[in-house]
Amino acid sequence: MVDNVAVLTARARVGRLKRARKLKKAIRQFLTHMLLVPMAVLFMLPYFWMLSTALKSDRQVFAWPVVWIPDPMVWANFPEAIQFFPFWLYLRNTVHIALLNIVGALFSCTLVAYSFACIPWPGRNALFLLTLATMMLPFQVTMVPMFIVFSKIGWVNSYRPLIVPSYFGSAFFIFLLRQFFMSVPKELLDAAKIDGSSYFRTYAQIVLPLAKPALFTIGLFQFLSSWRSFTGPLIYLSDDKKYTISLGLRYFQMEHDTEWQLLMAASIMLTLPIIILFFFTQRTFVQGIAMTGIKG
Amino acid sequence: MYGLLFASPWILGLVLLFGYPILSSFYYSFTDYNITGAPKWTGLGNLQRLFADELFRRGLGNSVYYAVLYVPFSIIMGVTLALLLNLDIKGQPIYRTIYFLPVLVPDVALAILWQWLLNPQLGLVNALLWDVFKIMGPGWIADPKWSKPAVVLMSLWGVGQAVVIYLAGLQDVPQELYDAADVDGSNWLHRIWFVTLPMITPVVFFMLITNMISALQMFTVPYILTGGGGAPAQSLMFYSMYLYRNAFHDFRMGYASAMAWILLVIVLVETAIVFRSSGGWVHYQGQ
Repeated sequence: MVDNVAVLTARARVGRLKRARKLKKAIRQFLTHMLLVPMAVLFMLPYFWMLSTALKSDRQVFAWPVVWIPDPMVWANFPEAIQFFPFWLYLRNTVHIALLNIVGALFSCTLVAYSFACIPWPGRNALFLLTLATMMLPFQVTMVPMFIVFSKIGWVNSYRPLIVPSYFGSAFFIFLLRQFFMSVPKELLDAAKIDGSSYFRTYAQIVLPLAKPALFTIGLFQFLSSWRSFTGPLIYLSDDKKYTISLGLRYFQMEHDTEWQLLMAASIMLTLPIIILFFFTQRTFVQGIAMTGIKG
Repeated sequence: MYGLLFASPWILGLVLLFGYPILSSFYYSFTDYNITGAPKWTGLGNLQRLFADELFRRGLGNSVYYAVLYVPFSIIMGVTLALLLNLDIKGQPIYRTIYFLPVLVPDVALAILWQWLLNPQLGLVNALLWDVFKIMGPGWIADPKWSKPAVVLMSLWGVGQAVVIYLAGLQDVPQELYDAADVDGSNWLHRIWFVTLPMITPVVFFMLITNMISALQMFTVPYILTGGGGAPAQSLMFYSMYLYRNAFHDFRMGYASAMAWILLVIVLVETAIVFRSSGGWVHYQGQ
């Protein structure tokens, strides 16, 4: 009898503890949402605002109090914005540069990262440290001499200064790929060597195929970097037929300073492709960024 | 030998795209050079002129002000958000996406968007401040006192990129430490203060250095906001903008090179300081 009472009391106590813990968890969840939701709304507001303004007629843009849902919705702002600057030309230019850069990055950075990760050689680690150090160099230091060199060889006002450097590697991508290649099981590499495979064959037939996710990440990040790039095109491109979309948008801004609805429409068209790309490649994206932080 | 072969594109790149430019920009900083014609040696002339140059001091002051204001906020906000987003709550992936999306907006569009958002009369920010808090918002970009905080605000919108990195660092914290803390009967505050924060100090250290370096180099946003002019009253004349103007507007390559090298020295000194201090506050696992 006594045992039963003891067991019952113990069970009741455990039950109360469990409920208390569940309640605590629920309260914690509630409080967290209370903090995150307003901030999330704040973070999204600029996006909504951009979209909202892009659809306004010019009268509503300057209306006070603020108009959130335009009435009427001027979808015509979008085609009108495209007409005001050579949108398709600039888009083509930018994609052209981006694609060539992606090829360059994949070609050079994989070779170099393979060397750092899979081929033992003296001085390898020192060179790698130097590679990391270059990531901290302010771009202004190399910017001026590079421009001088490029102008002496007549490459200014062409795409070459914007494309050729990517064929020599990039510290960030090399770093990322090296970390990834280092996770290839050593047994595979050793087995290949025993089979008499040359370093290049091992690279091409074993390591590269295994690294497809990392290659995808590199391609994605390089595309993003080329898409958003502003300073490079600003310095090297003077012929406005050669502009990229970043430059194009800026000149659009200078011409149409007060036509905010058109400016917003044009900005959205510049941003939308990346957002769409992001939604399809979310995990790769986030993993790629995270990898820069750990092991940093 | 093969190692060198495979690494050759990068080694070539290091020499051609880093080594040579760094050395030649060092050389140019002691000259007067405008591309046409030959460089004219002036010794420390550029340095002397720089220290007497009002815009140089302004540019340096502005960039440092921006960096000092932005970096702490970015770290505090980033870590806090990461802590919140690391909790096991419903809708966590949606929140993470929402906070990350602003990172995708290209700088040009970002500048244009926020220029409009921060418009003193018609922008959303002041409208909200008034409607919700009954505060009369400042002139933001139009006001020399508020223009740099405005740019800090714009940059903080992109804190999602840092949050992703902090989140990765948080995942690395070993569960055993939390369990040990639980056994000792700690609450969530203790856990954060004594376990989580110390364990992510390596990531914070990395972010501190990289954020400072990129803050000092900030160029695109203020350039677009002011058309390169740094208005109002030079409050947005960032260091890199003045450098750009000297190099590509006035074609004073020597002068600009000197500016670039001064920036490099500042970055090195600042990095060294953070490195030295790191022994006092950074905990590496496994030590």
